[in-house]
Amino acid sequence: MAQFTQLTSRVIPLANRNIDTDQIIPARFLKVTDKSGLGEALFSDWRYNTNGSPNTNFVLNQADHQGAQILLAGGNFGCGSSREHAPWALTSWGIRAVISTSFADIFRNNALKNGLLPVIVDVETHKSLFDLVEELPTAELTIDLDSQSVTLPDGATMSFPIDNFSKNCLLSGIDQLGYILSHEARISAYEAA
Amino acid sequence: MPLKPRTLFEKIWANHLVVQESDSPAVLYVDLHLIHEVTSPQAFTGLRNRGLRMRRPERTLATMDHSTPTTPLGLPMADTQAEAQLQQLADNCAEFGIELFDMDSPQRGIVHIIGPELGLTQPGMTIVCGDSHTSTHGAFGALAFGIGTSEVEHVLASQCLLQEKPKTFEVRVEGTLERGVSAKDIILALIAKISISGGTGHVFEFTGSAMRALSLEERMTVCNMSIEGGARAGMVAPDDSTFQYLAGRDSVPKGAAWEQALAAWRELPSDPGAAYDQSITIEADELVPMITFGTNPGMGIPITDAIPDPAQTSNADVRHNLEKALAYMGLKPGQALLGQPVDVVFIGSCTNGRISDLRLAADVLRGRKVAESVRMLVVPGSQAVKQQAESEGLQHVFRAAGAEWRESGCSMCIAMNGDQIEPGQYAVSTSNRNFEGRQGKGGRTFLASPLTAAAAAVRGQISDVRTML
Repeated sequence: MAQFTQLTSRVIPLANRNIDTDQIIPARFLKVTDKSGLGEALFSDWRYNTNGSPNTNFVLNQADHQGAQILLAGGNFGCGSSREHAPWALTSWGIRAVISTSFADIFRNNALKNGLLPVIVDVETHKSLFDLVEELPTAELTIDLDSQSVTLPDGATMSFPIDNFSKNCLLSGIDQLGYILSHEARISAYEAA
Repeated sequence: MPLKPRTLFEKIWANHLVVQESDSPAVLYVDLHLIHEVTSPQAFTGLRNRGLRMRRPERTLATMDHSTPTTPLGLPMADTQAEAQLQQLADNCAEFGIELFDMDSPQRGIVHIIGPELGLTQPGMTIVCGDSHTSTHGAFGALAFGIGTSEVEHVLASQCLLQEKPKTFEVRVEGTLERGVSAKDIILALIAKISISGGTGHVFEFTGSAMRALSLEERMTVCNMSIEGGARAGMVAPDDSTFQYLAGRDSVPKGAAWEQALAAWRELPSDPGAAYDQSITIEADELVPMITFGTNPGMGIPITDAIPDPAQTSNADVRHNLEKALAYMGLKPGQALLGQPVDVVFIGSCTNGRISDLRLAADVLRGRKVAESVRMLVVPGSQAVKQQAESEGLQHVFRAAGAEWRESGCSMCIAMNGDQIEPGQYAVSTSNRNFEGRQGKGGRTFLASPLTAAAAAVRGQISDVRTML
C-alpha cells in the first residue's frame, strides 16, 4: 500500500452532499479484472458530455485544479455500493486525501486500504475550506498525518481524528493483511474450538 | 453475577471474536464468504502476488450475477469484457477450489438470493461479500455486511476480517400493515426519516410486532436496504418463521444436528433489557405505499404526497442537494407524483426479486395489460425463483400482460449487462438505488414496492396500488 505521511497540494472542491460510489465510478466501468486505468472513468458522468467531450463546467476539467491531490467534498462522501473501484479511481487520477464532514463506512474502510486518507472536519471548518478555495482556487493545503493536522496557506492549522491502527498502517505503508496473518495461531485455535 | 443483557449483534460479535488487541480493530472470524465476478478478480490477483493460498475454500461460494445476460442466449456474450470477467471468476474458482454456480447451474442467481435459498445463510453466522447488499442475510439473525475487494482478499487468505465494532440501532416497527403496503414501504419510510447517512457506524436490529409478522422474504427486503440508511448491516432475531423457512433446505444441519442448531439459535435474540446506542419506532399502521422522487433512497415520500419544496429547507446543503436532485429528475417542487408518466418498470433485484415479490406483481397484472407506453421487465432473482414462478404459471401472467420474462441476475438494478433505461426515461423500479445514472446513464428512477411498480406498469403512470386491489 502507498505510504501517506505529508501532502501539500491544491484542492478540488466538490460541494455536493452524499456523493455516491456510482458517481465516483459508474457501474459500467466495473467489468475490469485489474485496477489500472480507472482514473479515466473517475466521475465519468459528471466529467464528460454525452458526446464524450470534457464538460468544462466540471471542476476536474478546470485548469486551476489539474494535478491537485486533495478532494474537498460534501458530507457522507462515498455512500452506496462497496466497490473498491471508487478509491482505485480516485487514487489513479491522483487524489491522495479526501476532506469531508463524514464518510460512508465501507468507502472509508476501502480508502484506508489504498493509501487514500479520509480527513474528517467539522461543519464550520468544512465551510471555511470551501470559502478559501472559492476565493483562491490555487490555494494549497498541507495535510500532515503524523500530527493529524491540516495547515492553511496563512499558517492556521486544524486537527482531524483517525484511529491509531489506520494511522500507523498509512504512515508506514503496510497493509492490514499482515496484521491478520500474524495471528495465525489464534485463528487456528478459534477454528479448532 | 448475572451477565449484562446483550443484543443479538453483541452475541454474534462475541462468538466470532478471534483477537482484540487494544488500539487495534477486532479480528473477526467469517463463517460464510460469498463472491461474484465484479469485486473478486483483483483479490485473487493479490493472493497470487503474495504467494498465498486460500485458508478455507469450503467457506467461500461463488456465483455469476452482476453482468450476466438475462436473455436466454447464454455464452458467448455480446459484451466481451463482461465475458472475460466471468471467465476470470471461473478460472479463479477452479484454481483455488471454490464451488461456483456458473451460467449453466440451476442454482445460479443473485448472490443474496441464493444464500438463503440454499440454506447457507443461517442464524448466528458472520457472512460477508464484496457487495453492499450483503445486509440482506441479516434477516435470518446473521451478522452480514458488504466489504471491499481488499477485504475479500483478507477473507480468502485468513477467513478473518479486521473490523471496528459498530454501534447498535434498534428500529422498532409496531402494528399492522394496511393492504397494499409492504416490506419495501417500511424500509423506504425508515430511510426517508433518518436519511441515507442516519445509520452510519451502526448495525440496525429490526424489532417489533410488524417485523415478527413479516415472512423471511419480506424481512430480507427490509434488511437488504439497511445500507441505504447508512448501516452496513441490518438484522432480525431468528424465530419460528426463520426455522420453518430453513428446515429441510440443502445446506442446513439435519437430524440431531438440526436440533442442536435450533437450541443454539434460540439463544440468539436480544436479551430483555439489552441496550441499543440509538433507537427509533415506526408505526406500521400509519404507513402508506412509499416512492422516491430524487436521486438517493432517502428522498422518499408517501405516494399520495407532493414533492417537497427545497425552499422550505433551512439547511443550505440539503436545499442544494434537493434542487440538484429535482433538476436531474425533471420534477418540480410541490408536484404530485401520482399521475407521473413512466417509460419502464423493473421488477427484480436482491431487494425484490424473490418468489413472493413476483407473486405480488402478478396479482396486480393478472387480467390486466401493461400500458402501451411502458416497457416492463420481470427478472427473477435466481434460476430457482424462475423455476418456482414457472411452476406456478406466473410467466404466463407476465407475458399475457405484455411484460418481458427474463433469466435471473442483477439486471437493470445496476445496468451492467445491457438491461438499462435510456437517457431521460423514467422507471419505477423495485431495486434499491435511484442514484443518478444507476439504471443507465441519464435514466431517472423511482424506487417502490413490487405492488406499486406493477400498478405503474398497468396505468402507465405512478398510481396508488390500493385502488387496484
